[in-house]
Amino acid sequence: MIWLETIVGLVFVVGSAGLMLFFALPRVRQGRVTFRPIAAMQRLRRAIGLAVEDGTRLHVSIGKSSIFSPTNASALVGLSTLERVAQLSLVSDRPPVATSGDGSLSILSQDTLRAAYRIANVPELYDPDRGRLTGATPNAYIAGTLLVIFDERASTNMLVGNFGAEVGLLTEASERQGAFTLGASDSLTGQAVLFAAAEETLIGEELFALPAYLQSGVIHQASLRLQDVLRWVVVGLILLAAVLAFLGISIL
Amino acid sequence: MRSPITTAIAIAAGIIVLLGYFVPPEMTQFAFVLTLRSILVGWAVTLAGMATLVGIINLFMVHTGRMVAKRNPDRYSILLVISFIAALGFGLYLTPADAQYQKAITSILTPISASLIAVLAVTLTFAGFRLFQRRKGLIALAFAVSAVFFLLLGAGLLAPLQDMPGVGEIIAFLQRLPLGGGRGILLGIALGSLTAGLRVLLGTHRPYSG
Repeated sequence: MIWLETIVGLVFVVGSAGLMLFFALPRVRQGRVTFRPIAAMQRLRRAIGLAVEDGTRLHVSIGKSSIFSPTNASALVGLSTLERVAQLSLVSDRPPVATSGDGSLSILSQDTLRAAYRIANVPELYDPDRGRLTGATPNAYIAGTLLVIFDERASTNMLVGNFGAEVGLLTEASERQGAFTLGASDSLTGQAVLFAAAEETLIGEELFALPAYLQSGVIHQASLRLQDVLRWVVVGLILLAAVLAFLGISIL
Repeated sequence: MRSPITTAIAIAAGIIVLLGYFVPPEMTQFAFVLTLRSILVGWAVTLAGMATLVGIINLFMVHTGRMVAKRNPDRYSILLVISFIAALGFGLYLTPADAQYQKAITSILTPISASLIAVLAVTLTFAGFRLFQRRKGLIALAFAVSAVFFLLLGAGLLAPLQDMPGVGEIIAFLQRLPLGGGRGILLGIALGSLTAGLRVLLGTHRPYSG
């Protein structure tokens, strides 16, 4: 049974990786990619465009999850979003600012910003103070990020990462500043609060679609297609297990 | 172009740690994978500690800069810098294990955290009232109705109804609904997390510049 679990797990991971690479092949992704319209994504793209045109600040907050914790996937999405936002706003007068509640995330956010400027051949525009650790505990992080929202006068606040109920204070501050807020969290509590308090919210796995909707690259689109395939596999397995349980057949 | 060496190190470390999850301790012929994994995880823990230290130094530098800025110096930054130096100085002198030091720190932190949570409660209540200004449609209605219902249920106000025949079963069924919904969302999150991890393992997403 131990061998079976190991083999099934490995096959699942290797198969998923292979499928992602397959979806990224130029032949497979021929033709125009069309995404399901999500109002929050459309509003975000518009807000980013307006911020670049107006020369206003974009703020990306990537949460308080450590990159070494099991909830780090949302932080990875936050970093992808930050990279894309930095690329899009290179021509803007005011560069984007990133905040986080973990030391490793703040270093990665600085590195992400630096890479975006270096790839665009404008490394001199990079400012390490634009990737900040605003607090090392959840409450300190929120308190520090509140200052950034008020002082930097960002026109768009993207809260993409792991947040608890305290994210409600950030959405409130953003609303007071008249800024657009998009919230996306992997935590159920965070999602519930963001649904009630943020202007736009991404629910469930929509969080992981964010880089693809911002046209971050081919691999993000391939990743999204893989997610769709895996979702159908899970749906099929749940239905199969339900039917087998109904028939009284135990597979475990 | 990002450094291929950095990418290779990241991919190799990721694959070893991932393999460690699949190798059960009973499979002694692959014990070296578990050993390598524990070494790498140990390094990661040390790195996380150092990263926090670097982040805190960066936080201190940012606020020092804002404190001495010629245009609009930030008075809150002055508070942060003074309290940081005081906490660090006393911590080094008395050590963090000192009971008086711990008492002094928690006497400040606990009321501040409590007041932040109190402000959050008020903020969320107002956000709840404003929900229908922001969102229209069935989902917002379902959200509001379920929030009120589970508030009443959690407060025990529906307890007398739970003993009524028929109604008790309906309430028990409704209580199970959030579990199903929550699990559905978490399954989606798990699939998204898997694909996000695979992007890093394949070296196609590199949240580091190298």
